[in-house]
Amino acid sequence: MSSSSRAPWRQRLRLRLRGHPGILIAGSVLLLIALASLILPALSPYDYFTPQLDLISRPPMLRGGHLLGTDPLGRDLLIRVLWGCRISLLIALVASLISVLVGVLWGAIAGYVGGHTDALMMRTVDVLYSVPFVPFVIVLTMLFGRQLWLMFVAIGAVSWLDIARIVRGEALSLKRREFIEAARVAGVHGARMIGRHIVPNLLGVVIIYATLTVPSVILFEAFMSFLGLGVRVPLASLGSLIADGASDMQAHPHLLLVPATVLATIIYCFNFLGDGLRDLLDPRRQT
Amino acid sequence: MSVPMSAPMTAEALLQIRSLSVHYPAANGRAAGAVDALSGVDLDVAAGECLGLVGESGSGKTAILLSILGLLPPNARLGGSIRFHGDELAGMPLKGLNEIRGTRIAMIFQDPMSALNPYMRIIDQLSEVPRVHGGLPRRAAEQRALEMLEAVHIGEPRRRARQYPHELSGGMRQRVMIAMALIAEPELILADEPTTALDVTVQAQILALLQEIRERTGAALLLVTHDLGIVAQLADRIGVMRHGKIVEQADCLALFEHPQHEYTRSLLAAMPRLRVSA
Repeated sequence: MSSSSRAPWRQRLRLRLRGHPGILIAGSVLLLIALASLILPALSPYDYFTPQLDLISRPPMLRGGHLLGTDPLGRDLLIRVLWGCRISLLIALVASLISVLVGVLWGAIAGYVGGHTDALMMRTVDVLYSVPFVPFVIVLTMLFGRQLWLMFVAIGAVSWLDIARIVRGEALSLKRREFIEAARVAGVHGARMIGRHIVPNLLGVVIIYATLTVPSVILFEAFMSFLGLGVRVPLASLGSLIADGASDMQAHPHLLLVPATVLATIIYCFNFLGDGLRDLLDPRRQT
Repeated sequence: MSVPMSAPMTAEALLQIRSLSVHYPAANGRAAGAVDALSGVDLDVAAGECLGLVGESGSGKTAILLSILGLLPPNARLGGSIRFHGDELAGMPLKGLNEIRGTRIAMIFQDPMSALNPYMRIIDQLSEVPRVHGGLPRRAAEQRALEMLEAVHIGEPRRRARQYPHELSGGMRQRVMIAMALIAEPELILADEPTTALDVTVQAQILALLQEIRERTGAALLLVTHDLGIVAQLADRIGVMRHGKIVEQADCLALFEHPQHEYTRSLLAAMPRLRVSA
């Protein structure tokens, strides 16, 4: 135990990573998908929006340039899926970040301060919970049109509620722990108490929940695109590609299978990453 | 040589508690569930003195410590007065309490396993007090923390400082707790059964350390324990508690030789005695 804590930070991280090959695998797969979605569209001779009416709904083939085939408008499916990954990953990261930041702060403050503050903050959460989500998004799109930032706001605004509740519950039980009492006796209070003592001890729960939020946000976006509320055509997200593919799945299954497989892979990798990160960041679980 | 029941009224008392009471009303407002954790407690701690509080579980020893630092749960009703250097602590607003906590009154907890933040390195926890109160920069605070680790005789302080609490043994963690309590050089240390969670050999080391530190810093110690053996070693005076009251208060020797109260006698009689007959 002592040799690992003497090692410098980087070396220790490498040591610990060795015990969790899952993190490395899931992480590199995600990185690969992200990089591919950023770089490949620029290198490809095709773009995501120009129809090629002589190449409608071609199946995947190695020759002819369209590796994964084309869609009913003759657009290259690989490029459209990569663009879809871009959009979906961006929404997932931004919305999850918003929801984790807001949720953790909200929950930690409510739980630690307690009393009337707690009641007021948590009743606010309850009220927001009871807002029906889909009509809410429809109203938003009616007001502002179909815009990408609206998705960030809409998904972020809803998904922090769960985290806030969970974090508050944890903070309530932490508050009575002896080391928090000891910190209070030492005169620690306010923001420092929440930032240095409460939140770090919530990390395990938060990381698990954040990595669960990422896939749920991606699915959410897919669902909204499926309903026609998501990204605007001709831009595609994984969700809208799946929706398009599903309508044509008997004749051209590749239009559904390709984006669905990519989505499933991304979500699986995030779940795996969350599990590994929790173990990695807990100082008590050092290998 | 009988000693009067009430505390000696010394003018220079560091801590002066008068008719302190702590009452927990029942949740439903009826009298049946209400508890008087403390009633009519008078207590003085002079500067540099060690006062031992003994008594059975639930007799209110810890409640006294908690009420001094304003740590009672919110539903507790506090009555009476607690004066520290003449300042009234009972009912003091949180802002004032935070000034006193950690710097002028510090506390050592019973269980060093759970009283250290598992996610903070030892050095960060130790340097927190000087950083919060003294406004010391990080470097200076950490230097001070290292000095404290040496002062409580932790071997290889530099290496230990970089470790997390779970990497330390129980005795070492209690030393860290003591270092944490002492780092701001408080005038009064409250110790809530500081050795109960430790095994006997480590207990003896920790007691020796407490004694050494008292002699060196001249801090007053309010020591709560159920172990008469410990107070006999450390305390100048002893208060015996039962059912939320102090039933007897006397100099250490006097109490052991001439216990006045029935309960004190039965407590003394309950101490295990080992006789080897030839």
